[in-house]
Amino acid sequence: MTGFLVRRILGALVILLIISAVTFYLFYAIPRDPARAFCGKICRPETLTLIRHNLGMDEPLFVQYWHWLVGIFAGRDFVQFGACPAPCLGYSFATQEPVFGAIVDRFPVTLSLTIGASAVILSFGILTGMLAAWKVGQPLDKIASASSVVGASLQIYFVGPLLAFYLVDTAGLLPRPSYVAFTEDPLGWFTHLLLPWVVLSIIFTANYTRMTRSQMVEQLAEDYVRTARAKGMSSRSVFFRFAWRGAMIPIITIFGVDLATLLGGAIITEQTFSLHGIGELAVRAVQNTDLPMLLGVTIVGAAAIVVLNIVVDVLYAVIDPRVRIG
Amino acid sequence: MTFPSSATTDAVADAAASAEPAGSGPAIVGRSPGQLMWRRFRRDRTGVVSAVIVLGFFLVAILAPVISMLYGKDPYSTYGQDRPGLLNPYGYPIAPNGGMSGEFWFGLEPGLGRDVFMQLVYGIRTSLSIAVIVTVLSTIIGVVLGITSGYIGGKTDYVIGRVIDTLLAFPSQLFLIVFLPVVEAAIVLPEEETPTWLRYVSICLVLTVLGWATIARLLRAQVLSLRTREFVEAARVTGASPGRVVFKELLPNLWTPIIIQATLALPLYVGAEAGLGFLGVGMTEPTPDWGRMFQVGANVYHSDVTYLIFPGVSMLIFVVAFNLLGDSIRDAFDPKTKR
Repeated sequence: MTGFLVRRILGALVILLIISAVTFYLFYAIPRDPARAFCGKICRPETLTLIRHNLGMDEPLFVQYWHWLVGIFAGRDFVQFGACPAPCLGYSFATQEPVFGAIVDRFPVTLSLTIGASAVILSFGILTGMLAAWKVGQPLDKIASASSVVGASLQIYFVGPLLAFYLVDTAGLLPRPSYVAFTEDPLGWFTHLLLPWVVLSIIFTANYTRMTRSQMVEQLAEDYVRTARAKGMSSRSVFFRFAWRGAMIPIITIFGVDLATLLGGAIITEQTFSLHGIGELAVRAVQNTDLPMLLGVTIVGAAAIVVLNIVVDVLYAVIDPRVRIG
Repeated sequence: MTFPSSATTDAVADAAASAEPAGSGPAIVGRSPGQLMWRRFRRDRTGVVSAVIVLGFFLVAILAPVISMLYGKDPYSTYGQDRPGLLNPYGYPIAPNGGMSGEFWFGLEPGLGRDVFMQLVYGIRTSLSIAVIVTVLSTIIGVVLGITSGYIGGKTDYVIGRVIDTLLAFPSQLFLIVFLPVVEAAIVLPEEETPTWLRYVSICLVLTVLGWATIARLLRAQVLSLRTREFVEAARVTGASPGRVVFKELLPNLWTPIIIQATLALPLYVGAEAGLGFLGVGMTEPTPDWGRMFQVGANVYHSDVTYLIFPGVSMLIFVVAFNLLGDSIRDAFDPKTKR
């Protein structure tokens, strides 16, 4: 187990290193010059040179990358802006703040969105999938299948504003979506984020319904299920105590990936409801060509995916004792 | 699970043959896998209806100029601004339901006052052409690299495998919007205006670069299991060249997963392209684009929800139809799969 973890973590670090190097090179190899943007409209060549020097941009690319890498662990000093303490992912020229700080500020929003949406996706998706599998071929199953086809084809940027119009503007059932800190007002946190959760989970839920259903149907045809039935176990017990365990394994894999996508910024949902999360930060950075910020967000997103993949692999072993890791 | 199509078509051929009562009825005819697939597909009513709808969308895209001529409007004129009495001082259509009327079938765009129907019709062109180009490109790249990786193995496989792993570890939604400005900045100087064609090309490019890895990984796995099968070994033993093995032995068995993956991918690309437009990094004005219609719609829905509903419902119909069509094609190619 320890050996497995060490190997996987090393592998993950290598992947992150590659991603950061590729991204760094791509971003800084382009002619759009952050120093020029920072210098303003009337920019004397000597001022530009000074700024570039202060930003460390007059050095070769790999030296810059090295500084960036060291900065994550040791922090950096920008002559222009002052110190950037230990996990320093660079300094955003457009918003004039350290990248890491900006991401940390936005993180609770994205995390809240992720947690709530995951809860909806897992409970609702798996439940309807199980029900459909329980009643295979019956009307309930057909309704579940049909609605999952439609659900999977919906787009957040369509359903989001539409539901906001009917539920918030017209009916006034829910408050306008925004972020209320959980620590300050748990109920407000819930009601203000409920609509984004539902909208974000619609497209995912359909997927989980489908998957759970087909997995359950497949599991119910397995030998161990037949054995359990032959030994006199009731269908219900077999279904809810045995079969679902086997069915959950691929679901966990997919959920790991989806969770990472959500954490990496549920960009469209955040943009739809003007929630100031990491995804919205990325969109704004794109509009400003704020490369340090983009680099930071990308790395954080990639790290989320890589870490969650490891967690998923460990979870396999917990759920399915046959899986050996090592 | 997908199985090599040769095995499945044999099974179906057997089933079809045994279904015919011996002696009576028409003589048993030999049919190619393609013919069998077509016969199965024709019997699937959902599939045929969806195919008609999808074809309809493609026809609208191709015939957009003809529709524009018959309808008498174009997607660029700002009718609402040019003619008084259509938009109120706040820029919203005066007529109810977003300004729908006999003249402007689907109403007017708030603000600029362009014709919604024409925006929609020409927008299909943008969305569909990008989705088709990206699907074709990423499928070709994925097929070539996947088969190469699986068939050659060794170091090549290792390198391609790691590239695929890395690409799949990228937060793709994020990368889409992050790389668009990078691709463009690499070509256009900051002072210049980004030309429309460049945005079009870079959207295709970024979607393709991030899209090929899925199909490549799938095909690599398929080839890995196929290459140890007897028929491939037999071909090798009899001295077939690698090219022959790949094209005559492996590829016929891979058409099913390739086509299935492509049909799964296309509606995703339609959604992704519109998503880019919605986030403001997609096609730029004045090119009509569904994504930008969603962007405008999301800004004006408080006052004019009709404008949002047209692109939303059109896209829903297209994606549902295409997904159902994909399911039917899958069933027709590979009747053994359970859904």
